[in-house]
Amino acid sequence: MNVTPDLALRAEIQDLYAEYASCLNEPRFEEWPELFCKTGQYKLVPRENHTAGLGLATIALSSRAMMKDRIYGASNTLFHAPYYQRHIISLPRLRLEEDGSVRATTNYVVFRTKYDAMTDILNAGVYHDHIVRENGALRFAEKLCVYDSELIPNSIIYPI
Amino acid sequence: MNPADTESPTAPSSWPAGNFSRIPAWAYTDKDVYQKELDRFFYGPHWSYVGLEAEIPEAGSFKRTKIGERSVIMVRHRSGAVHVLENRCAHRGMRFCQERHGKARSFTCPYHQWTYNLEGKLLGVPFRNGVKGKGGMDKDFQLEDHGLSKLKVAVRNGVVFASFSEDVPSFEDYVGPTVLPWFDRTFDGRKLVLHGYSRQRIPGNWKLMLENIKDPYHPGLLHTWFVTFGLWRADQQSTLLMDDHGRHACMISQRNEGGKADVTEGVTSFRENMKLNDPSLLDIVPEPWWGGPTVCMITLFPSVILQQQVNCLSTRQIIPCGPDAFDFVWTHFGFEEDTPEMHERRLRLANLFGPGGFVSADDGEVVEMSQDGFHHDPAFTTVCELDGTKIGNTDHNVSETLIRGMYRYWREVMEL
Repeated sequence: MNVTPDLALRAEIQDLYAEYASCLNEPRFEEWPELFCKTGQYKLVPRENHTAGLGLATIALSSRAMMKDRIYGASNTLFHAPYYQRHIISLPRLRLEEDGSVRATTNYVVFRTKYDAMTDILNAGVYHDHIVRENGALRFAEKLCVYDSELIPNSIIYPI
Repeated sequence: MNPADTESPTAPSSWPAGNFSRIPAWAYTDKDVYQKELDRFFYGPHWSYVGLEAEIPEAGSFKRTKIGERSVIMVRHRSGAVHVLENRCAHRGMRFCQERHGKARSFTCPYHQWTYNLEGKLLGVPFRNGVKGKGGMDKDFQLEDHGLSKLKVAVRNGVVFASFSEDVPSFEDYVGPTVLPWFDRTFDGRKLVLHGYSRQRIPGNWKLMLENIKDPYHPGLLHTWFVTFGLWRADQQSTLLMDDHGRHACMISQRNEGGKADVTEGVTSFRENMKLNDPSLLDIVPEPWWGGPTVCMITLFPSVILQQQVNCLSTRQIIPCGPDAFDFVWTHFGFEEDTPEMHERRLRLANLFGPGGFVSADDGEVVEMSQDGFHHDPAFTTVCELDGTKIGNTDHNVSETLIRGMYRYWREVMEL
């Protein structure tokens, strides 16, 4: 079996990432959970914990419903200095699974720009994703964001 | 030169004696004051947090961390004892250990290969006797004069503290009889299991984070999740305790049902109709060892906060880096006896805490904004006068008494 997806599937996956970045950059946060399966998993984890097999995540969401709670919490309950985020997502490295789903490894960097301030780097790392087809559309069944950034510049409010 | 001329213009001696409720901005921004804090608190006769024994389970296991700005290594000797050594080669001052964790039989500085054992004793130096009869160290060079700085160590029920000073009292005396039982409530000898780390750099003075956890005023106002879901608010059964010096403290409280009440009147962060789409985010199961209180936040001056907030447990280490910033290192843990469900629950509830936490990310934000407010006017003073100006334990949480207690101690030690 061919382990690399064909060009049509590649293009579709690229569109998914473009949409993902757009949701978080524009932002259209309330649309972000819709890019996941209902039982989708989202984790933002320091590389240190990931490497050592330690379970603690900076953000750990185990359902689309919980992702909605995160978006509500970030937008309506967490006081913070306002900022823009800008995701730059690399071309994905892809592996086709036997069931037709795709494992993707994708580098990312997120710039943060606060009002009246220079742009700085909020977070840099890699997405380890499991992408499946649900009701005809590609969705993330799992997104594990493992970040290199040793120190978070104060806080992370919105998903990466 | 008149000594007065050398004094920093931003550290006026304008703080009236006996006042602990109006803290001048220079206490948070002045470089000389900050250096004195490092010398007297972090390098003086105080116990600083280093880590958990669970982080160094085996002989030779080590962890690198900091006390104040000085790099230290916590290492387990083959005897089982825990040693804390300064990460500074006696030869050229190199911070020879760059790994954060690891396992070692000895420590060798890569620069000139001076080698130390796990107790910090210098074992040997290359070319000590010269090469072909030339060079080498003088005859009177003694290995025992050139060991690593070895800190005094206290281990209590799996938690490791260290001090650069030989004059530090016993850890038990240091914490004192009021706070120690609350330390032992969490750390009662049960074996701890490491869950992982979070690290953030908060651009504010290190004391602001201790104040944040000595301030029961803000949680029910700043933190929507606390007031809405009754995790911390002014109408709860609460106790504020401090040690005799006022340096350490506990904020203890018992959760109520939340919802609308007098204390939510006009509170803009309260969300009457907030419902979770996924209630497992707040899946809380009371544990027998709590003995009632659902939250106990302990500040052990100067370096650590010990958190029990429902089922989520952490140590939060404060590593100052200049007057204007500190690194805040969270170490989450559970107990060996935890069921897999409890293990998962502790990790899930960590969504509330840490640099991205629903009730913690904003603490970092407000600390940064306070620091921003201090910078340009050293004569500005904060007002910590909720519950008047008295200093003492309370049976309610509508008080800033713990902050005043800390500054009474701070002024005494700093002689400012």
